[in-house]
Amino acid sequence: MAAHPSSLADDPAELSGAVAAEPPHPDLALVERAKAGDTAAFEQLVRQYDRQIYRTALHITQNREDAEDITQDVFFKAFQKLDQFQGNSKFSTWLVRIAVNESLMRLRKRKTSRTVSMDQDVQTDEGSIPRDFAEWRPNPEQIYSQGELGDILRKTIAGLPPGFRTVFTLRDIENLSTEETAEALGLSVPAVKSRLLRARLQLRERLSRYFRKAANEGSK
Amino acid sequence: MNCTDFLAKLTDYFDGQIDPDLLAEVKEHLGTCHHCEVVVNTTRKTIDIYRHQQPYDFPEDLSNRLRSAIMARCNASKEGAEAKAKLHAELVRDASSRSS
Repeated sequence: MAAHPSSLADDPAELSGAVAAEPPHPDLALVERAKAGDTAAFEQLVRQYDRQIYRTALHITQNREDAEDITQDVFFKAFQKLDQFQGNSKFSTWLVRIAVNESLMRLRKRKTSRTVSMDQDVQTDEGSIPRDFAEWRPNPEQIYSQGELGDILRKTIAGLPPGFRTVFTLRDIENLSTEETAEALGLSVPAVKSRLLRARLQLRERLSRYFRKAANEGSK
Repeated sequence: MNCTDFLAKLTDYFDGQIDPDLLAEVKEHLGTCHHCEVVVNTTRKTIDIYRHQQPYDFPEDLSNRLRSAIMARCNASKEGAEAKAKLHAELVRDASSRSS
């Protein structure tokens, strides 16, 4: 996709269709106070979403320093452009959208000779067709220590193309809805579903190499 | 329903967004196809393990450091904007008093 351009206005999600009337999200009151100059209200929003923004940036860039810089830039940009937030989407989705754009820009700067976009490498079907049909027994948590498991999970997700990694991160790790993920990434709902399926299957296939192997070794 | 049809419905199945007729077909296929049953079980574990293990930590000191830096930038920007507005108001006032 051509990630979102410079505008930070939160367009109504035409992707999600009609939205039933719901009580206003508690963030809206904080945003209104922040717009009126209350920096403590903005700081509260930073407290609520810094973890999500940092992790999203880290999943996309795979670089801790970049993720720290991006987290700062996202909130500073949001602070400066608060007037452009009209409350048509969740404030957190608006932040994620800025974070995705900033992260992709970082990746592009790092790889000067290549264009990096959400569409990069998503045409590949590698790993999207299941080949490994072994159950993971015992559970990976029982085989590996927390540290070992963390290494495997980081290594495995880092191997996914950015377009798949980002969809999986937002939908399955950060728990955004399919519609929110589509809105944050500027993709249609069917495109998110398609990428999510392939991301999940590729990750499953890659993790199977560790967890099936570990189970086999354990049974020797 | 064959395995390819089943895979195409996997996301909707996981997300509970599947109509009852199709769900019955999916369940029927799962009851007869061990490979697809394994794919469902291990894909579900893939999602669970990433969601619960959170491969990247976010320690309190990092959160505090980032928040301090963010708020310092925001406050500096706010003070800068206020000073600019004040200067602008003074210039306008001076100009109008000179012209009168």
